[in-house]
Amino acid sequence: MARQTIIEKIFQAHSPGDTPVTPGNIIWLDLDVRSARDFAGANVVHNYRTHYDDAPVADRDKTFFTFDLVVPPNNIPYANNQQICRIWAREQGVRVYDVDAGIGSHVAMEEGLAYPGSTFVGTDSHLNILGAVGAFGQGMGDQDIAFTFKTGKTWFEVPPTMKVVVKGEIKPPCTARDLTLAVLQRLGSNGALGRAVEFCGSAIEALDLPGRITLASQITEMGGIIGFIPPSEEILAFARERAGRDDVEGVYADPDATYVETVEVDITDMEPLVACPPSPANVKPVREAAGQRIDSVFLGSCTNGRFEDFVAVADVVKGKHVAPGVMASVVPATRRVFEQMLRSGVLEALFDAGFIISNPGCGGCASGHIGMTGQGQVQISTSNRNFRGKQGAGETYLTSPVTAAWCALKGEITVPEA
Amino acid sequence: MKETRIEGRLWALTDPDGTLYDDIDTDMIFHNRYLHIVDVTQMGQYALDNLKGWEEFAQKAQPGDLILAGKNFGAGSSRQQAVDCFRALGISAIVAESHGAIYKRNAINSGLAIVSLPGLTERADEFKTGDQLKVDFETGELVLNGEKTLQARPFSQVQMDIYQAGNLFAYGKTLGE
Repeated sequence: MARQTIIEKIFQAHSPGDTPVTPGNIIWLDLDVRSARDFAGANVVHNYRTHYDDAPVADRDKTFFTFDLVVPPNNIPYANNQQICRIWAREQGVRVYDVDAGIGSHVAMEEGLAYPGSTFVGTDSHLNILGAVGAFGQGMGDQDIAFTFKTGKTWFEVPPTMKVVVKGEIKPPCTARDLTLAVLQRLGSNGALGRAVEFCGSAIEALDLPGRITLASQITEMGGIIGFIPPSEEILAFARERAGRDDVEGVYADPDATYVETVEVDITDMEPLVACPPSPANVKPVREAAGQRIDSVFLGSCTNGRFEDFVAVADVVKGKHVAPGVMASVVPATRRVFEQMLRSGVLEALFDAGFIISNPGCGGCASGHIGMTGQGQVQISTSNRNFRGKQGAGETYLTSPVTAAWCALKGEITVPEA
Repeated sequence: MKETRIEGRLWALTDPDGTLYDDIDTDMIFHNRYLHIVDVTQMGQYALDNLKGWEEFAQKAQPGDLILAGKNFGAGSSRQQAVDCFRALGISAIVAESHGAIYKRNAINSGLAIVSLPGLTERADEFKTGDQLKVDFETGELVLNGEKTLQARPFSQVQMDIYQAGNLFAYGKTLGE
């Protein structure tokens, strides 16, 4: 058998059929978890009822709802959709992580629903973020997910794998987000189109879980299927503890696995970076955008909504105050993150610095319940997309939490100090 | 069996400078302010209304029309509505140099024909809105205005099976699921 990449190994272990797990082949893939959000959840239920009536799901213990997009709902259509999911989930005996829980993909890692080598699908296009713990995660449409609820599997075309070798180390004030922006700059919006990506290099190995989450969350913006960051001992220990299983093992590529392309990204001389409107791949040094007046700052999202991200912000803003006229908001990724902020004093530091602090979820990134921008408004955001209209009518610049914090204090785009 | 050769009027999705758009994302196709919509028949009216220059597309498109776009059509979110809005309008195929990965799955699962034409953006100026385009899903052959022939990728087996069955659910039932 040909030597295998990470995705090929995970697929091999989840593919009951005889079709060889090689790029281009379409296989049937067993799914350890299938989930839906409040976004598209009601559509999943609608599809399920239309095609399967009241037949039970394949496995209620592997089927979940995670409400995170408009939480709690600020409009009746979303409230209706969430209630449709709740009632159906009750009938089916399926668990709902409700509007208090936070971003579903993060809940999946925190609760041990996703772990190295596992397969997980749902209606969140950033579910490939689970590559952060070496799991296969994939966002899918509502028909796809309704089908997986009923059958526990899906068809999937095995993607080719490319390797991204990162040279050099991350040096303050740069963070994992700047590394991610550097990779986006190199690959562009479709440089990984239809491919799995494997990251390697000492800067990658050194990333903590939040840093891995940040990098993995942006593969969608490079057009990729998923980006794997091979689990470190620290990640394995975390995953075993959260999943409550000692038998969780990392999945790693064979040394002579086949890669469709190998790309090197040198971050030796990297400076803080920003993705300017209207595309996440429109990356420049912050220096080149410096001086641009800003109206608002948003910190959060599945890309940079972890506790460690907010600690980094607190380190910058502690004892200082957001610039007059700047609206600065924080949305923790999950309830657990919120709790850590609350008990550690980070929440107080951010509050004292003038930040609005919201309940956990996707708010501020998608058109959730917090932080839409108006015409002409310039926003700094740590979220994952700045497409036209994504966060409202304004212009969004994507930066690291550290850069965003410095911008909030100064009221303009500014290069962070080390 | 459904017809695997179609012909229709083309909409070449170009920007205000006349260049074929790359990276048309799902917010441009079906903006997130409409995400609560579940009924497919209500989706067509919003198709492409956040793509600069194409805000009126839904009013102009006729059933049987085809769409042409550049690279990575349907980038971004997993929203099925970005596919279903074109089904609601009766769009018969979306031809692009490449499609976003999730978008491609959603289209295949819905039975919306999508065809990938490698090298399209380099010869984009050969196509214009109003052209007649014939597409053969089985062979991948395209015929433009009855004269010029181009070679796109044919449907994959699973794509053809789902297209013939109508959608993923109907296909699943043929497999006993």
